[in-house]
Amino acid sequence: MSNKSLYGEQIIYLSKHPKNFRPIEGADYKCEGANPLCGDRVTVYVKMKDDDTLDDVAFQGSGCAICMASASMMTTSVKGKKKVEAEQLFEEFHRLVKGELNPAQETHHLGKLTMFENVSHYPVRVKCASLPWHALRNALEKKAVASTE
Amino acid sequence: MIAQAVANPVRLDAVALRADFPMLRRTINGCPLVYLDNAATSQKPQVVIDRMQRFYTEEYSTVRRSIHLLSAEATRAYEETRRTAARLLNAPETRQIIFTKGTTEGINLVAHGYGRKFVREGDEIIISATEHHANLVPWQMLCEEKGARLRVIPVDDRGELILEAYEKLLNDRTKLVAVGHVSNALGTIHPVEEIIRLAHAQGIPVLVDGAQAAPHMPVDVQALDCDFYVFSGHKACGPTGVGVLYGKTEWLERMNPFLGGGDMIESVTFEKTTYAPLPHKFEAGTPPIAEVIGLGTALDYLCRVGLEAIAAYEQTLLEQATARLLAIPGVRILGTARRKAAIVSFVVDGIHPHDIGTLLDQEGIAIRAGHHCAQPVMTRYGVPATARASFAFYNLPSEVEALGAALEKAIAIFGG
Ligand SMILES: Cc1ncc(COP(=O)(O)O)c(C=O)c1O
Repeated sequence: MSNKSLYGEQIIYLSKHPKNFRPIEGADYKCEGANPLCGDRVTVYVKMKDDDTLDDVAFQGSGCAICMASASMMTTSVKGKKKVEAEQLFEEFHRLVKGELNPAQETHHLGKLTMFENVSHYPVRVKCASLPWHALRNALEKKAVASTE
Repeated sequence: MIAQAVANPVRLDAVALRADFPMLRRTINGCPLVYLDNAATSQKPQVVIDRMQRFYTEEYSTVRRSIHLLSAEATRAYEETRRTAARLLNAPETRQIIFTKGTTEGINLVAHGYGRKFVREGDEIIISATEHHANLVPWQMLCEEKGARLRVIPVDDRGELILEAYEKLLNDRTKLVAVGHVSNALGTIHPVEEIIRLAHAQGIPVLVDGAQAAPHMPVDVQALDCDFYVFSGHKACGPTGVGVLYGKTEWLERMNPFLGGGDMIESVTFEKTTYAPLPHKFEAGTPPIAEVIGLGTALDYLCRVGLEAIAAYEQTLLEQATARLLAIPGVRILGTARRKAAIVSFVVDGIHPHDIGTLLDQEGIAIRAGHHCAQPVMTRYGVPATARASFAFYNLPSEVEALGAALEKAIAIFGG
């Protein structure tokens, strides 16, 4: 496959074995995100600590490999971060998948999230990668639903 | 010109016909394009592109309104398409052919013109469980507005409508039956003859959504005896933005107009407007003239290839594709009706349809992945989406094989 391939091994692995794929009892925030066009649907749960740290983040739902892997990576990336840090990470991630952030040339905090870099070559799949993040952001803003539309 | 005159009605030379379609020479990601998204929209033969270009460069003018020669010529070309469409559908009269923007607008026109006038509180409208949203939402809107009730013909596991249940739905409150001729999500060819016969036995008119049928099989509205038949030009080798509504004269004359404006009137005073005779009553405003003319060329083209030949050839592709996909472990086909058009909706264990779509696209194979604007069908089969390969007469057996091979490769990438 070409080096622009969407499906790295890690993405495929995580899509089949997502981390933090569970509900959180007594979550402080919860938001369902849906992409009405393709039927992807994820619910993101967040438990906070008093100091504005995301203590636990988990998700449930169904969707394509990109959406599932992205949700899994998101939970592991934002866990233990402060709310503002999580929001900054979303901003960087969003620019990454839209092709507006080149991780080789810009300083960033994405870490392993750069595995989604090639999504930028597949404009119709950007929403798949960003859906869980939209749900997270809306959860933190105390909204009940998020849509990529 | 058509690449090859087709003499024998049940044979066509797909390899030769492909030469008529410039888009089929494209490559995608370095691979030759394998275009299997024909249920969404079809590719265009050069004759259609050329005809529209010629209209814009040498003949362009408005229709019906002006006194000059150009307008008379444009009007003649425009009206020629009406004759071609009437011939395609075997409509008794050309004035029964109304140009619309497409299937969606045709259905909305009937929902408005017939529905607003004849449907009252407590009345019922019957659709089927496999309808495209275009043949569902307008009726739902009408029912909401009127306090009427939408009834739904159920579908069995194979994707066939359950006619016994349909018979029980028909009653003296039923004001219209609206069904697809061919399901775009499952490929089922619905028994519209029977559906129409049963409705007519109780004096109920029937609209047939022919979006997936008219470009792929012979359609005879007189033999069907349907009251309305609609289809889209862009799925029939024609341009976007134009479609056809056929209606029985008695209904078209009694119906309300859809849009009000220029060209649909006979006389206007501030007190009262009298409407123009058919078909102009339903064609308010300046129509998509070049598109209508291009559609005429497209329908002519389809007629010359021959709709019987197209139907027979596409059946061979359907059989081949069904067998090829079923031979792959983990692949399940949704829609296994006994009478099907060349549409194959499928799911693969452990791979989301969108991922299949992207992986096939990397091999140059264009299919559709999603709910196909038929969410109730997805719900019925308990899947969020499917992958769908839909064929046209210019597809080849080698392309069916390419689909099978690419699918096997996709499964291998996902670790079987
Ligand atoms: C069965 C059916 N009905 C209606 C439509 C709507 O057609 P259009 O979008 O051209 O109005 C489609 C096309 O997707 C279809 O497949």
